[in-house]
This record gives sequence, structure tokens and C-alpha cells, in this order.
Amino acid sequence: MPGLSKAQIIKIINQDEERFPQSIRMDLENKLSDHKNLKKSSLEKILDSVEDAYLRSLVEPGEAIGTVAAQSIGEPGTQMTLKTFHYAGVAELNVTLGLPRLIEILDARKNPASPFMTVYLEEPYATEKVKAQEVQRMIELSTIESVSDDITVDLALMQIKISLNDFLITDKGISPELVVEKLSKLKKGEVTQQKNEIIIDSKDMTIDDIYKLNEKIRDLKLKGIKGITRVIMSKDQEIDQWVLFTAGSNLPDVLSIPGVDPTRIKTNHIQEIRDTLGIEATRQAIIDEATAVLQEQGLDVDIRHIMLVADIMTQDGNLRQIGRHGISGEKESVLARASFEVTVKHLLNSAARGDRDKLRGITENVIIGQIIPLGTGTVDLIMWPGYQRENAIIEDE
Amino acid sequence: MWTPELKKISQIQFGILSPDEIRKMAVTKIITADTYNEDGTPIEGGLIDRRLGTIEPGQRCRTCGNQVGDCPGHFGMIELARPVVHVGYAKSIIYKLLRSSCRACSRILLDSLQIKRYQHRFDKANKEDDLKTVAELIKDVVKEARKKSECPHCGQPQYKIKYEKPTSFYEETPEGSVRITPSEIQKRFEGIPTNDLALLGIDAEHSRPEWMILTVLPVPPVSVRASITLESGIRSEDDLTHKLVDIIRINQRLRENIEAGAPQLIVEDLWELLQYHVTTFMDNEVAGIPPARHRSGRALRTLTQRLRGKEGRFRGNLSGKRVDFSARTVVSPDPNISINEVGVPEQIAKILTVPERVTEWNIEEMKELVMNGPDTEIDEKTGVSKTGSNYIIRPDGKRIDLRFVGDLNTTAEMIDQGFIVERHLRDGDMVLFNRQPSLHRMSIMAHEVRVMPYKTFRLHLCVCTPYNADFDGDEMNLHVPQSEEARAETRVLMRVQEQILSPRYGGPIIGALHDYVSAAFLLTRKKTLITKEDVWQLLLAGNYEEELPPPAISHPKELWTGKQVFGLLLPPDVSVTSRSRTCKKHDICKLELCENDSYVYIRSGQLLSGVIDRRAIGADESESVLHVVVKDHGSDRAREFLDSLTQMLLEFLSHEGFSLGYSNVNMPDEGKKRIKAIIAENEKAAADIIGAYHRGELEPLPGKSLEETLEMRIMSVLAKARDSAGSIANDYMGISNSAVVMASTGAKGTQLNIAQMAACVGQQSIRGERILRGYRKRSLPHFQKNDIGPIARGFVRANYRVGLSPTEFFFHAQGGREGLVDTAVRTSTSGYLQRRLVNALQDLHVNYDIIVRTTEGDVVQLKYGEDGVDPMKSYHGRPVDIDAIIEEVLSSEEN
Repeated sequence: MPGLSKAQIIKIINQDEERFPQSIRMDLENKLSDHKNLKKSSLEKILDSVEDAYLRSLVEPGEAIGTVAAQSIGEPGTQMTLKTFHYAGVAELNVTLGLPRLIEILDARKNPASPFMTVYLEEPYATEKVKAQEVQRMIELSTIESVSDDITVDLALMQIKISLNDFLITDKGISPELVVEKLSKLKKGEVTQQKNEIIIDSKDMTIDDIYKLNEKIRDLKLKGIKGITRVIMSKDQEIDQWVLFTAGSNLPDVLSIPGVDPTRIKTNHIQEIRDTLGIEATRQAIIDEATAVLQEQGLDVDIRHIMLVADIMTQDGNLRQIGRHGISGEKESVLARASFEVTVKHLLNSAARGDRDKLRGITENVIIGQIIPLGTGTVDLIMWPGYQRENAIIEDE
Repeated sequence: MWTPELKKISQIQFGILSPDEIRKMAVTKIITADTYNEDGTPIEGGLIDRRLGTIEPGQRCRTCGNQVGDCPGHFGMIELARPVVHVGYAKSIIYKLLRSSCRACSRILLDSLQIKRYQHRFDKANKEDDLKTVAELIKDVVKEARKKSECPHCGQPQYKIKYEKPTSFYEETPEGSVRITPSEIQKRFEGIPTNDLALLGIDAEHSRPEWMILTVLPVPPVSVRASITLESGIRSEDDLTHKLVDIIRINQRLRENIEAGAPQLIVEDLWELLQYHVTTFMDNEVAGIPPARHRSGRALRTLTQRLRGKEGRFRGNLSGKRVDFSARTVVSPDPNISINEVGVPEQIAKILTVPERVTEWNIEEMKELVMNGPDTEIDEKTGVSKTGSNYIIRPDGKRIDLRFVGDLNTTAEMIDQGFIVERHLRDGDMVLFNRQPSLHRMSIMAHEVRVMPYKTFRLHLCVCTPYNADFDGDEMNLHVPQSEEARAETRVLMRVQEQILSPRYGGPIIGALHDYVSAAFLLTRKKTLITKEDVWQLLLAGNYEEELPPPAISHPKELWTGKQVFGLLLPPDVSVTSRSRTCKKHDICKLELCENDSYVYIRSGQLLSGVIDRRAIGADESESVLHVVVKDHGSDRAREFLDSLTQMLLEFLSHEGFSLGYSNVNMPDEGKKRIKAIIAENEKAAADIIGAYHRGELEPLPGKSLEETLEMRIMSVLAKARDSAGSIANDYMGISNSAVVMASTGAKGTQLNIAQMAACVGQQSIRGERILRGYRKRSLPHFQKNDIGPIARGFVRANYRVGLSPTEFFFHAQGGREGLVDTAVRTSTSGYLQRRLVNALQDLHVNYDIIVRTTEGDVVQLKYGEDGVDPMKSYHGRPVDIDAIIEEVLSSEEN
């Protein structure tokens, strides 16, 4: 008997979509579709066994998967190194890793210690070095200070003298005229330019003001995107494309740069993803980032645990922290909140509000000494010894 | 008695006690600051008034007539001469209310249109139980009300209110800043209508704002503030009592002064003092005032301090409690018990008890247990004491202590059905065993008791991994479940064999370790051939009782291979294909012909090729032989497999012999010379880099400073020095070397450890940098200033075999210290992370429809983990081991 064709195999596997989750179907396709001489009967036998094994691996109802997930992520935390820095992608950039990074992710920090972006480019920018460099210059933030050799204040003449660095301005594609233009816009004195020397003449200013102006000029943005201090270009050998790595992250602004591939851009700043791309992307970002941290440390944690954490952090559409300012602080139960942190504040406020604790959670029931509504406690099985007897008496009559 | 209603408390209402309620629940007014009379009896109307409850055994409460354990205690009260502010509400609510209500008519400072609009929004949010929106609305209302400079209801001008920590309020009137007295606040609050309060998030039914100003202070019962009698007979009162004494004294003085018509200033001072004492009575850590202190100078622990923190009422006494029926002692290993057993010292077994109900089927047995009594004699057969019993409980609930029973035999005869005998722990009882920190659920597992002599808990070495225990003085806890239900759950859910698979990654966490792994390797490698006598000896230890297979070599002598012996312990139909740890991952696998014997091929329970090491049977190894055994044959069979395997391996290893010594890390002179040369070579390379740096020829790496570049280059050269020295050492050490056996099988140690012992310890570092701190511009006074050469900056040229030079030793200690500090810091941060995670996630569970919900009913995931698979039951994260199924089906097809 001849074996099934590839198309037939795939068809049979996907016959009933409800039978297996997608991951199993994909796996089966990968492993069976190239099989020659596979008979229909054996394929069905395989599917039956797989289904049997799948059904046996389902979770038990009532299982306290929350606690299991928390322990599965918390326990390896003790084995992680505290060493903070490591190289990401390119040797020049440092990113936070290990336990501090994991805490940062779960804290849903607004300002992570080392924001970092990976920017992939569209054609033709991705393959041509010059074009890629163009994008790099558009992204990297250049201030006057970062392209000049020296900025001096001459108090005798009430002038600020800026000498631009020749190499740096050509490297970043900035002309002295651009600098003059930006400085003129400040409307603080007259700006004159002589090759790479720029002088700001502001006679009618006080000494205090001129020093303030000096500070302001140093940080004056000439080109690039706010928050991105450095951009490093590197060739990804696998896909043969130029990729930009940035120190600092600013997703919305980078997305608006032409040449940037919006489908492949990455950032490790989760709050920023929440604000630009929405909650679904945030959930995925939490999963990816947390998995990456654990993997880098060589710790084996099932993805389902991480997914659960990501899901509860993003459950209500906002990014919620694991802790007092997030999930734990928004719990319904007064007792649960009080037994976590800031005990007295919660008790006093709920008394004023006249709150009612419905005692539906775990901590509350532990506190009052009742069975917790989890695991074997989810089942209400009531046997009333008197009940049977009463019925029996009625039947007798 | 057990009743069918499982839920006794369905909800808890929070609120503030009104003065009326406080007066009603008080059994007496407390008027004197003294506690006892000269004769030692409590003063009537004093702080230890007999009516407040009793704390002395034998005495009856003058209010309820109960004795110590049954009297719940009763409140008293102190009528304050002048009202005072409750600290807890000062900033959060009183301040808010003062600013958003009218100073004349007490209405909320919103016009009727605003009121209507907000009311509507509140109703909507409340209906949806949306706590977050409610909180935001309250903020909005306060903000809106504060803007008004004139009351929209009575037209009175409103002034700015200033709050001063911790309990004072001032109103900035045109005439100047005027203090608002608590009495004034009270008067204003009394007029706020219920509906207006609702807009500020206050439920007037349960908490009127004027009740936040105290006019009468409840005095907690004596059982809340129990005094202790020292050995010397001196009574020492509780901190709360001390504080109450202060309050009563000042209160009395204030009242006397008011009645005597003392000047305003004096009255106000005393009033302020009363406020201070009441404030510190409730919270002694308020910002802005000094904490009240004990005579000894220690800050008093008052109400807030009692509730707060790790040892506070909530976390220390309500969420976690001290329990009876538990024991704790040092643990030590016992390889001869099963992994699901625990050795319990006799002395402990005689104290811990299990209540057993007398029925017609066990009455004879129970009688004997009672006859044996609490202090049993030694059983000749077992060598440990017989099981006895400590108490019997009669059907009427009366407890009889068998220690004080004259004749045990007559007591035993008295026993009948319905009695409960609290018998000693005995072999086979299910107990919970635990080691802190309990980081995952495998930290508490159920074991079967084995009563043993001596004073330590004994445990099988394989369960060290889940508990993270060793035997350098670790102590562990043991708990005895007391109800039938608890025992059943314990037995079904918590037994050791049910925990072999970790839910963290879907693989075994319990498995062979250390010497078991070395032994498995030595047993199953190709050269191991065993005589018939020895085979039987091993199989006896491994509990094997079947026939012996034909020998692998029959002439001149019958010999069996180690692989054969190993296979005999496997369940007969196990099939596994995997690679051992020694696998070099060549592009083309030679399968059975692998020179390292790394291709592990098990069919029908026979180890056909490959050597068994950590990857096959080790703890913490997924997709291993052990994993397949657990998944295909169940936890009980896996337990048997582990038990017999470990015992057999132990037997084998003690015959084979295995030790590590100086000779294992020693090398021929030629090797030593080569190592010396390679270190010198790399040191020279480092010197060249430093030279280039000094000459200014060093090119910085992009994005790095010159110094950083220099450090990086030196570090990498020196790392190379150690690595190449290590690999030279490796060349001289074969698999006959014990250290190599342990490192390559995964039993203990790494290549690096061997390299450090035999070749070169290498660079020591602090915070990822070479050692540079200590003295000015040098690490130690042994070196020149500004010397940045390898030796001056913590490169250890020596190895552990030859020993370190004094400076090297010091650098090594510095590096080692960093490691210790790191662990100390890490445990606390990761512990806190764990606590937060558990607290955030603990309410989640899977429902019958595989939907993940919180206990409040909010859906978190529509299908757990997107496929509904329990990670513990998965095959290392994948729902099903498809490869194995395909192979099984197809191979059965062929036949």
C-alpha cells in the first residue's frame, strides 16, 4: 500500500482543530509531513496516541497555578548572579541583566536602567552601508556639546565661543550652518560663524544669564532623537543586513524615521511599548524580555509561568507592577492588602470608607482560619448525615 | 463538633467606632492611673480592673464569669476631657474634609450641578465595582472643591487650610493664621450631610467623620496588654498599659485645670499633651513628634507597631502561625531508606502523636497502644521503642493524660468505640517534612516515618536537591497531619514520588547526584565486567528478584557487563534514545560506535549502548532516562527505580572504590614546564600591551576609553593564559583520573575546578575588574605604585596544588569575599521578589473550564498557558513527546 502524500498528511492532522492545540499540530506536521510510506492507519494510530497523551497532560482543575508560577520564577532568582552588566549584541553597549533586570521587568519601571533598541531597516537601507548610515545619523542625538571641541564663555566680551570638531561634524553629517540656524532660533544674541568657530554675542545679558545660556547651548539638540545617546551600526551576518543598536530608547520617534522597518523594531523599554503599540504587544514584550533574562542565566523555566505573569500584569489594559503599587495594591480584599505591605494605612482607610471584605481570596481565608478556595478547597462537598436519614424516613412512610 | 456549614464567616464590615458604641461596649470607666493596690489586688476603676477580663489562671472574669482561655476580654473606656484628633486620619481624611467642606454650613464645596454630575459618575463606578475609578473620582471632587473661595450653598468665604504634622490644622483667615481645635473640627464635621460624604468616598453609615475626633477612648482588655511577672516577683506592665497610664494622668490634670478655671494657655498646653499621648498610643512612629519612650530609653511598641511588619499581627500571627505537632532537628543522610521515607528519632516519635479513633476493627490494637503507655520500653526485635500513646480522649471530650494514670492496664480496658487515642508516631505514618527557605512546593513534601535510634532526622540523599539541603548542620522541620482529610491529601498530593517532576520546567528535580552519578558511569562503561557472584551482590542491593539474563561473555569465565546489570533495574518496556554528557556533538553521529560511548540507546528496558551519567539519571535533567520512567511508568515505579538504583550503585561503588587525592591533580614534569611556559608567554603578551599603552600606541576600541581598552585586552590575554594552562593539564589527565570522571559525568566539579587545582588559578576579580583597590595607586604595598602588570593586579599564577603566594592568597581572598557578599545581598532581594510574586499571583487558579481566574472571578487567561497543559505533566515544556509516539507506533507497525 502506498504511503500518504504530504498534503494528505497535513489535511488529516488538521481535520479537527479542536482536537489538539496549534503547537501540537505544528509539531506533528513538521515531524510527519516528510515521512514517506506513512499509512493512513498508522497516522491515525499516532494521532490517537498523541491525543491520549495530550489529554493526560492537561492541568487539574483547581490547581494553584498562580503560586506555582510565582515560585517557578522566584526560586531561580536565588541562583541568579547579581552581576549587572553584560554586552548586548555588540560589544560597545552594556545592558542590565540577571536579577536586577528581572526585578525591573516585574516592577514595570518607567525608567529602566539601560534602555536599548534594535532597529532593523527596510530595503534599500538595510543592504547599503551609506543609506544605513543616513538612518543612523537621523536617530543618534547630537547636541552642540557632543560635536564641539570647546565651548568657552568670554566674560570680557560677553560672548560664547564654540569651536566645532571637524571630524565629528562630518561624521554626524552636521554643517556649521545648521548649528548657526539652531542657535539663532534661541534668539539670545547675535550668532556669527567663521568656518568652525561660532560666536554668540549677547551684550545686553547679565553674567548669570550668560552662564545659564552656556548650559542651555551645550544640550541644544542639533539632530536626532531625544533619549538616544548612541547608535551603533553592525552587520547581521545571518540576514546580511545592517542593523542599528541604540543606547536609549524612544520607540514612537524612531518609528517615524523613514527607512526603519516598523515590523522588526525592538526595544527593551516595556512601558514605552505599552504607550506606543498597546497592551498585546506589551504582554509579548514582557514574555520575551523575562525569557531572555532567564535564558541568559541558563535557568530553565517553563514559558507558561512567564505567560501567566505577563497576563496578570497586563490584565486590565494597563501595565501593572508586581507589588504594592500594582496588582497587590489593587486587590479587592482589605485583609489581603493589609497583610502585604503598608498594613495600617489600608485598615484605616477601609474603615473610613466602610469597606466590606467578601473574604474570597487566599490570604483572607488563611487569616480567619477557613479553608482556602484553591485546589482541594475549590470543591464544596457537603454531606449532611441527617439528610439521608430524613429521606429514608419519608420513603418508609 | 463538625457541622455541615463550611463557611462560617461570609464577610467582614469595616467601620469606625462611634462614641456611643465605645461607651456601650465598655464595661467600666477607667479613672485611676494606678494598677494594683498595696496588697497586690487590681484597683477597681484602674487599668487592670477585674471586669476587663482575666489573665491569671484559676481566676474568673468579673464580667463574663469565664476562666482564662474562654474569657475574650472586655473593653473599658476613658472619657477625654477635651476631644483629640485620631492620627491615622489626620492627613488622609480630616485634612481632605476640612478643605472640601464649608466652614460655616458644612456642605461640600460643590454647586448642585457638580454634585449631581459626580453623583451620577459615582453610582456608575460603584455599580461596576470599579475601585480604581472611584479613587480617581474622589481625587477629582477634592480638587474641584478646593478651588472654591466661597461656599456655593451659603455664600460664606472659604479660607486656605494648612496642615501641620502630625495633628494640627490652621485656617489662614484675613486676620491671620488661626488654629482649628479638634472641637471645632468635630462641630464642622457633624454638619456634613450623608450624601456629601458619599462624594468623598466616606460611608456615613459605618463611619461618620466626627468619629475621627476622639471624645472617648476605648481601653483595650487586659488580655491584649498582658503583664508579665518576673522571677523576682516584680510585675512588668505592657507598653500599652504604660501609655494608658500617661493618658489617664494628663486627662485628669486637664479636667482639674478646666474645672478650676485655669488660664487658657495652661489648658491648651495640657490639651496638646493629651493629644500627644493619644497619638503615640495609636502610632509611636509618627513623623514630626518624638516617639514615646520607656524608662530604659526604648521606644514603646504601641498599636500600629503591633500590627505592622514581618513580626506584626498580620504577617506574624494571622497569615502564619506557630503550630503544635511539629518537630525540628539536625538532618543527616541515610542511603538505606527509601526516598519517600524520613528517619525520625525515637525521642521525637514519642512526643508527636496521631489521633486515632477507636473502632470495632482496631480496638485490640488501640488497647495495646494504651497499655504501652507514654514511656515505652525497647522492642527486642527492632531495637527501637515500641509504639505507645500519650493521651486518650473520651467521647465526652475529656482528655486523659496517660503519664499520670496509675494502672495503664485498667485504663486500656476502659477504652471503647468512640474514644480517641493519641498514639505515638510509628513506621508508615505520613508526615510533612520541610526545609526553609520554602522557595517552591518541593520544599514541603510528605514522607513515611521510619522510627530510628539517635537524635537526627534521616533522609535519602536524592531528596537533598528539592530541599536544597546538605548535612553541614542543616535543620529541618516535621509536621504531623491530625485529621483524616489532611492525611489523605498529604498522601495523594504531597508524597515525595509525586514531586519527582518539577512544575518549573517539566523534568525530574529528584534524581541521582554526586557519587551516584560517578558510580553509574563506572558501572555502565564498556570495560566494566562483573562476575556472577558480584552481579548477584549488586542485584541483591538493588532489590532485584527475577532471573539473571545470559552472560555477555561466557568463556573462560561467565561475565556480565555493567550495562546489563543497569538494564535489569529499568522497567522492562522502557525505550529511550539520548546522548550522554560526554557527547562531543560531532556533525555526524557514529551512534553505537561512538568512541566515547555517548549514544545512549535503551530498548525494551535494556541498555544497548551508551554510558549512564548525570544526563540520564541525574537530578535537574530533563528528557532523561529517569524522566521517561516517571512519565511512562508512574511515580511509584519511578520511586522504586530510584531506590533500587541508588542502593545498587552505592554497593557497586564501595566495591569498586573511588577517591580523589593529590595524585589526581599532579602532573609529569613536562606538563608543569609547558604550563609555566604558556603562562610566561601570556604574561609577556600582557606586558607588551602595557608597553604599547605607555608608549601611546594603543588604539582604543570604538566606544571605549583607552584605559578601558587596556583593561579589556589584559583581561582577555590573562583569561587565555588560564584556559590554555588548563587545557594542557587536561592533556595529561585521562578518564582514569577521578577528578575527570566527576567533572565529565556531572557528578561534581567542572573542568575549571580541575584546571585551577592542577594548572593555574587565574585572574581574581572584583566587580568584573582586576583588583586595584587597597592602597594609593596600588593594590598592596608589595608592589610599585602604578604597577599595572598582571601580578600586581590579582593574577594568580600558581595553582591550588602548589599553593598560592602571600599576595596571591590575599587577592584570592578578596575575590572570594565578593562572592560571599554577593550571595548575602542576593538572598534578600530575591526573597522580596518572591514574596511579591506570590502575593500578586496566589489568587489565580484553573477552573473546570481551563480558564484561569482570580478567586474574585476575574479572567486572566482563557486557556491556561494557551494549551491547557500542566508544565509538570509536560515533556520539558512540550505537551506530548511526539517523537517517542511516532517511533513506537511505526516500530510496532513493522512487526
